[in-house]
Amino acid sequence: MTIRIYVPIDVAALAVGADEVVSAIQTEALKRGLPVEIVRNGSRGMLWLEPLVEVETPKGRVAFGPVEDTDVPTLFDAGFHEGKGGHKLHIGLTDEHPYLKKQQRLTFARCGITDPRSLEAYKALGGYKGLEKAISIGSEATVEEVFASGLRGRGGAGFPTGIKWRTVAAAKADQKYIVINADEGDSGTFSDRMIMEGDPFVLIEGMTIAGIGVGATYGYVYTRSEYPHAIKAMNDAIAIARKAGLLGKGVAGSKYDFDMEVRMGAGAYVCGEETSLLESLEGKRGLVRAKPPLPALVGAFGKPTVINNVMSMASVPIILSEGGKYYADFGMGRSRGTMPVQLAGNLKYGGLVEIAFGCTLGSLVYDFGGGTLSGRPERAVQVGGPLGAYVPVHQWDTLFDYEAFTAIGAGVGHGGIVLFDDTVNLLKMARFAMEFCAVESCGKCTPCRIGSTRGKETFDKIAAGINVEKNLAIIEDLCQTMRLGSLCALGGMTPFPVESAIKHFPEDFGRKPTLQAAE
Amino acid sequence: MSHFEPWTRERAAAIIAEFAGTKGATMPILHEIQHAFGFVPEAAIPMIADALNLSRAEVYGTVTFYHEFRHELPGRHVVRLCRAEACQSMGGDALAERAEKRLGIKLGETTPDRRVTLEPIYCLGLCATAPSAQVDDRMVGRLTESKLDAILTEAQS
Repeated sequence: MTIRIYVPIDVAALAVGADEVVSAIQTEALKRGLPVEIVRNGSRGMLWLEPLVEVETPKGRVAFGPVEDTDVPTLFDAGFHEGKGGHKLHIGLTDEHPYLKKQQRLTFARCGITDPRSLEAYKALGGYKGLEKAISIGSEATVEEVFASGLRGRGGAGFPTGIKWRTVAAAKADQKYIVINADEGDSGTFSDRMIMEGDPFVLIEGMTIAGIGVGATYGYVYTRSEYPHAIKAMNDAIAIARKAGLLGKGVAGSKYDFDMEVRMGAGAYVCGEETSLLESLEGKRGLVRAKPPLPALVGAFGKPTVINNVMSMASVPIILSEGGKYYADFGMGRSRGTMPVQLAGNLKYGGLVEIAFGCTLGSLVYDFGGGTLSGRPERAVQVGGPLGAYVPVHQWDTLFDYEAFTAIGAGVGHGGIVLFDDTVNLLKMARFAMEFCAVESCGKCTPCRIGSTRGKETFDKIAAGINVEKNLAIIEDLCQTMRLGSLCALGGMTPFPVESAIKHFPEDFGRKPTLQAAE
Repeated sequence: MSHFEPWTRERAAAIIAEFAGTKGATMPILHEIQHAFGFVPEAAIPMIADALNLSRAEVYGTVTFYHEFRHELPGRHVVRLCRAEACQSMGGDALAERAEKRLGIKLGETTPDRRVTLEPIYCLGLCATAPSAQVDDRMVGRLTESKLDAILTEAQS
């Protein structure tokens, strides 16, 4: 009997030697005369275990990791290909792993289980049921289903997706577009990349459903150039879907037409801002547009456009197949459904955790993340990328929820959590936030362009001990101007990391530490 | 020795022609041009402008806006070190300094023998296996001093 072995093709696994592990398995199996079939699946999201090798057994898939190519002979010696548990890298049944068992995987239901390029595997696990539903209930009911789910933009802004879709659906035009923001530039985030590499059909299906819902016939996935593997996976999947009649004229035999392509960015962080993205898509400098008009009415190439983040759109198929209410039953308050949280940085167990809104930040860092990898005390997490606040340990009882985070002067963002140990210098991080903004500013508005540059310079003075209090007052002033006067979130939110660093970690800025009780 | 093609107008024209009829073709064309020649030669700019009915200034504006588009040939190998927060939390700063010292150049520069270009990059999406690097087309996670040294030695040879 052929032994089926899974080795992820996700770039996070490739970057730590997955291809070398595949060659080693093939060589070793040949040597031992064992018939082996290797499936390249997506990543399960337990990234500290990558490369995570799984062997199919009658009881389920048995996991081993992190596997290096040099481990492969001893794995065979220990009978890993029969699912035996003697080897030190043996983890047990993958599905029973607490890291996965504690999650609520809706958007990532298939990621890591299947070969991302297998349409059959996608369909076997419920794929394209959402599209079927959308075709049968028609445009208006499709949009209302998404509205009922309470889904909010997972890119960071948290705007209700259903309202966006309604606006585009109501717009009259000869052409409308679906544009996916896959310009996932926030440090500490990789969920878009993982889904595009691990389950690309879910994004294609979501976009097709959106097309039916709002009357758009063409879609673009604007992906950052730092993600070549995701671009390749999407392009392959698009070609497969097109061949199967799931893209193109009369999608899946229906009256609806929809087709799409991938477009590549070129290393500009600001193009993750939706209007800048549209400019870039049109071939221009990624200068942010003033709103109104909203992209929903005047978007790509001047036409009404749905712009959604990858995560938002990848959540649409399950919302259609299971119903908006099913999705909305997860979560709390006005944050409905699940959030694919990404645990990164100095964490023992970094990875992808999809979980209903409402758990505490601390449970994500400790229960899932296991604290620092360095073993040193935790000091801060940055939530939501370079525009996200630094949250001190005493605030980690905050619930993961859009409103709860706003209340402490932070944001959920795109769900990235980066943990820092006690060696972090928050003055340096605050300066980095200003520097990053200065480098990435599109230059259109003055508060962002000049404010960030002056901010960086002022922090250099503070670091050198020059007029510290006076210069901190200047920073405060700059932050206020940037927050209120910037055209988009780049300048408008850079104050988040800066001000939170100064407020919660004053000792790094030459000030006396505040007592936690004073908070 | 370069693995890129030498500049010819004919090749550039052929690339541009491939995108006739594509909406918003500027970026796809620039990517293909750079893929072929290793950078975006100035001579390509008026050709693109003509083909897309744009001004030279508009095309030049696009080329210069994006960090990714190069204005000259890179070194034979391009080593990019992630400098974003998640990698900083795992000691990325020290690795960047080490690379600069070993190569005798700063981030953003190319060694005088044109063998290695060292660049910062802001996030490869490998944040749970930080620090990360990209060596030409290959991604590297869990970068350590010894892994970095091996990468640089290989790139310099």
